Amino acid sequence: MSLKSTLRAATALTLITAGSAFADAHSATITIATVNNGDMIRMQGYTDTFTEQTGIAVEWVTLEENVLRQRVTTDITTNGGQFDIMTIGMYETPIWGANDWLVPLNDLSAEYDVDDILPAMRGGLSHDGTLYAAPFYGESSMVMYRTDLMEAAGLEMPTAPTWQFIREAAAAMDDPANEVNGICLRGKAGWGEGGAFITVTGNSFGARWFDEEWNAQFDQPEWADALNFYVNLMNDYGPEGYATNGFNENLSLFNQGKCGMWIDATVAASFVTGDDSTVADSVGFALAPNAEGVEKRANWLWAWALAIPAGTQQEAEAKQFIEWATSKDYIELVAANEGWANVPPGARASLYETPEYLEVPFAQMTLDSINAADPTNPTVDPVPYVGIQFVAIPEFAGMATEVSQEFSAAYAGQQTVEEALAKAQAITNEVMEAAGYR
Amino acid sequence: MATKASRSAARIMMAPAVILLLGWMLVPLIMTVWFSFRVYLPMRGGDQGWAGFDNYTRFVTSSAFWPSVQTTLIIVLGVLAITVIFGILIALLLDQPIWGQGVVRILVIAPFFVMPTVSALVWKNMFMDPVNGLFSHVSRFFGADPISWLSDASLPSIIMIVSWQWLPFATLILLTAVQSLDSEQLEASEMDGAPWAKRFWYIILPHLGRAITIVILIQTIFLLAIFAEIFVTTGGAFGTRTLSYLIFQRVLESQNIGLGSAGGVYAIILANIIAIFLMRIVGKNLD
Repeated sequence: MSLKSTLRAATALTLITAGSAFADAHSATITIATVNNGDMIRMQGYTDTFTEQTGIAVEWVTLEENVLRQRVTTDITTNGGQFDIMTIGMYETPIWGANDWLVPLNDLSAEYDVDDILPAMRGGLSHDGTLYAAPFYGESSMVMYRTDLMEAAGLEMPTAPTWQFIREAAAAMDDPANEVNGICLRGKAGWGEGGAFITVTGNSFGARWFDEEWNAQFDQPEWADALNFYVNLMNDYGPEGYATNGFNENLSLFNQGKCGMWIDATVAASFVTGDDSTVADSVGFALAPNAEGVEKRANWLWAWALAIPAGTQQEAEAKQFIEWATSKDYIELVAANEGWANVPPGARASLYETPEYLEVPFAQMTLDSINAADPTNPTVDPVPYVGIQFVAIPEFAGMATEVSQEFSAAYAGQQTVEEALAKAQAITNEVMEAAGYR
Repeated sequence: MATKASRSAARIMMAPAVILLLGWMLVPLIMTVWFSFRVYLPMRGGDQGWAGFDNYTRFVTSSAFWPSVQTTLIIVLGVLAITVIFGILIALLLDQPIWGQGVVRILVIAPFFVMPTVSALVWKNMFMDPVNGLFSHVSRFFGADPISWLSDASLPSIIMIVSWQWLPFATLILLTAVQSLDSEQLEASEMDGAPWAKRFWYIILPHLGRAITIVILIQTIFLLAIFAEIFVTTGGAFGTRTLSYLIFQRVLESQNIGLGSAGGVYAIILANIIAIFLMRIVGKNLD
C-alpha cells in the first residue's frame, strides 16, 4: 500500500470513528411515555436540569390516562420499542414483571435509598420481591371539601365520614343557582377512571368483584346498594354530565369553585390548594367514606411509577433518569422552587419525616389514607385477588373497561342500575369462563 | 396499436407495482385470518395454539356483538341521510349567484380538511361540554338546562360530528352535478308554469341520481370503519360502540388478538356484502 492510500485510509477511519463518537455523544435521547397529570407536567419542566447534569436528552410523549394505558400496553406486548421509560401503575407492574417485560430495578445506587420507598408502594410495584418500577408518586383517595361552604351550611366534616354524612353535606352545599354542585365524582368509562372509583365505592358498601371461586358478584345486594346510592347521590347533587367526568374534569370543576366536595386521589390536594385553584384557601380534607356498619373505606392504593421496558437500547440512561426523577433530591428540587406542598407525595417515607412537609395541610391525611389501604384484603368478604380498585389479573383491564361503560350508561340515564349490573355480571362471567378461571 | 411485445413489456413493467399492492393487501388479510384461528393472548404468554372456530363463535355470541352491528348501521344511515339531504340543499344554494360565492364555497368545504380527531376534540370540549361548552351556555342563556350531549344524546352527537365532517364532500360532488344541469331544460319547464317543487322533483333530483349514489357508496365504505370520533368523544360508552370499536376493544383493551381477528374477518365480510349490494345499485344507475 502506498503512503498516499494509507493516509487516505487512516483519514477515513478517523472520520468514521470521530463521526460515531459524535453520534454517540448526541444519541443519548430517551423517550418517556407519561400521563397528563399535574405532577408529571411539572416533572417535564425540570427536564433541562436533568439534561444539564447528565447530557441525556429527554423526549416526552404525554397522553391522557386511558390512551396512555393502551399505548404502553400495545408497545410492551408487541415489543414495539417506542419508549425507553413508561409511566405505569400498580396494576401493570407485577403482571409485566412476571412476564419479564420490564428491567428489574434491583441495582439502584446506595444514595438512592430504595428502602426509603413506602412499603405499600414497594410491595405493589414488585413481583416475587423484585422491584420493577420506581414510584414517582403514590396515592390513596380522600374527601376534599370546601370549608367555607360547610361552615355556611352549619356542618362539620368528621375526620372519617360515612356515605350518609357525605350525602347530607352534599344536599346542604348544593346550590344550582350559583353553579355549585354538592359533590363531584368520577363517572367516566375506563377501568382506571370511573371503574376505579365505583370499585372502591363498592368495597365501602361491602361489595366485591369476585367470590373465592371467581364467580362475578354483581348480582349481590351490596352492589345494588352501592350503585343505587352513587347514582342517586350524583343525580341529586352532582354536576351535569358527570358520566363523562374523570380525574382531570373534576379537578377543573373543583378549582373553578363548582364542587362542594370531591372524593378522589390524594395527589389532587396540591392542585386544589395551588395557584390554579380559585378556592385554594378554603379546602379541607377527610378520610374516604364508608357505608354505616361497613369496616372498609372507599380508599384505594395506587402509584404512578416509572419502569423500563426490557429490550430498550438506552437502559443505563433510562435508569439514570428514573433514579433522578424518583429521588430525594428531586423532591428537594421541587420544594426549593415551588414549595413543599408541590412535591410528589406518597412515595418516600422520609418525606413524612420532614418537618416542613408535615406542615402542609394534607400531608398527614394523605399518609393516613395510604396506610389505611390494604391491597391484600380489599373487601369485607374474602377475595382471591390482590388490588383494591382493580383485580390484578391480565383480563381485568378489558373487562373492567366494558363494565364501567355499562355503569356510565346507567349514570347517563340510558339504562337502569339493575340493567347495568346484569350486563356487568354477564360480561365478567363471559371473560372469566373464556380465561379458564371458572 | 399494442403489439404482443409491447403488451408483455407493459406487463413486466407493471408487475412490481401489482405485486406490491397485492402484498400490501394480502399479507395483513392472511395474518388476520391466521390469527383468528389461534388462541393468541399476549398477556398470557402469546400464541397458545389452535382455536378452531372458537373465536368466531365467541365473537358473535358475546353480548356486545349485535348491539355493535346495530350501532354501526344507525351511524352510517344517520350520516348518509343528513349529508345527502343537506348536501343537496347546500349545493342548490351555492349554485345561486350570490355575492362572495368563492369565499362561501371555501368555508363550506373547510371541515373536510380538519382531521377527524381534531374535529372530535373541538366538538367535545368547545361545543358539547355540559359545563363549559358553547351549547350549554346557549341553553343557559335561554333559561334551559344544558344537555349532556355525549352521554344523554350520544348517538345523535356522534352522527352530528361525523356529518359535519362529511357534508362538504357530499356538497362538492352534488354541486358539480347541479352545475352540469342543462339550464335550458329548467327554463323551459319554468315557462310551462311548473312550480319549483315539481321542477326539483322531476328534473333536478333525477339528474342528481348518479351523484347521490356515488356519495352514498364512497361514504358508506368510509363510515363502516368509523373510529376516531368515537374514541375521542365517548370511548365506546353510552351505546356508541360500533363493530370496528368492538374489534379495537377485543384486540387492544382485552389483549385478545385471536378474538379480535375473528371480529375483523366478520367486519370484512359485512363490508363486502354491503359493498356488493351498493355496487349493484350504482351499476344500474350508471348504465
